[in-house]
Amino acid sequence: MQLKIHYYALMREQAGRSEETLDTFADTPADLYRELLARYGFTLSSEQLKVAVNNEFSDWSRPLKEGDAVVFIPPVAGG
Amino acid sequence: MRFRFTETVIDTMQARSELLDPGAGGYASFEGWVRDHNEGQQVVGLEYEAFQELAVKEGERIVAEALLRFPVKHALCIHRVGALGLSDMAVWVGVSSAHRGEAFDACRFIIDEVKYRVPIWKKEHYRSGDSGWVNCERCAAAPEDAHDRGRDHEHHDGAAVLTVRE
Repeated sequence: MQLKIHYYALMREQAGRSEETLDTFADTPADLYRELLARYGFTLSSEQLKVAVNNEFSDWSRPLKEGDAVVFIPPVAGG
Repeated sequence: MRFRFTETVIDTMQARSELLDPGAGGYASFEGWVRDHNEGQQVVGLEYEAFQELAVKEGERIVAEALLRFPVKHALCIHRVGALGLSDMAVWVGVSSAHRGEAFDACRFIIDEVKYRVPIWKKEHYRSGDSGWVNCERCAAAPEDAHDRGRDHEHHDGAAVLTVRE
C-alpha cells in the first residue's frame, strides 16, 4: 500500500524531508509511526503526537487505505 | 474566512474593518508579539510553520465555537508564518460585539484555543546561536510536560477550585 506522508517542524528536520510517498504494510497510523520511528529516530514518542489523515484529525487505530495522506503532529506552539 | 495565514505583515486596519457592524458597540483585539526571551533564553528571532490545510479548518472551528459561545457580532484571527524578528506581530485576534465584556471573553477564548489546538510550530533562534522548536525539544526529554503547555489557564482554574474547597 502506498501512503503520502508530510513532515513538519522538528519531525521535518529529523526526517530530512518534508514529504514522501511510502510503500508500507502498516495498517494504522500507530503501526506507521512505529515504522517511521525506527527509520528516522524521531525523538518524540507517539504519546506526544496527534495524527491527521487526509487533512483531518484521526484516531491512531483508524485503518489506513491506499493513497491516504498522513501527518504526525508534534506539540503545537502557535500564538 | 474567519481564520487565515499570512506571510506578510498583518494589516490590522484591514482586519479590523472586517468586524464592523452597525450593532457593534466596540471591539476587543489581541496581538501576539515576538518576545526577546523565553524560558531563560535570549531570543533573537522566530520561524513559524503551519500544517495549513488542517490549521485553517481547526482555526475556523475555534472561531465558530466562539461565535456560538459568546453573544458577539464578528470574530477573526490571522496568524503569521515564516521568519519574524523581535516585536513583529505573530498573531492577531479581533472580536466585535454590542458590549465590551463578551468581546474580551471571546477574544481570550480564541487566542487560548489557537495556542492549544492549531497545528502551528515555532522555532526560536537564540543569542547563543542555538535554536529549538518550542514545546518539542524539551518535551522530548520530559514527555509529561508535552501537552500541558499552553493550558496554564486551566491549571489556574484548578488551583482556584482547590482554594475554594479549603
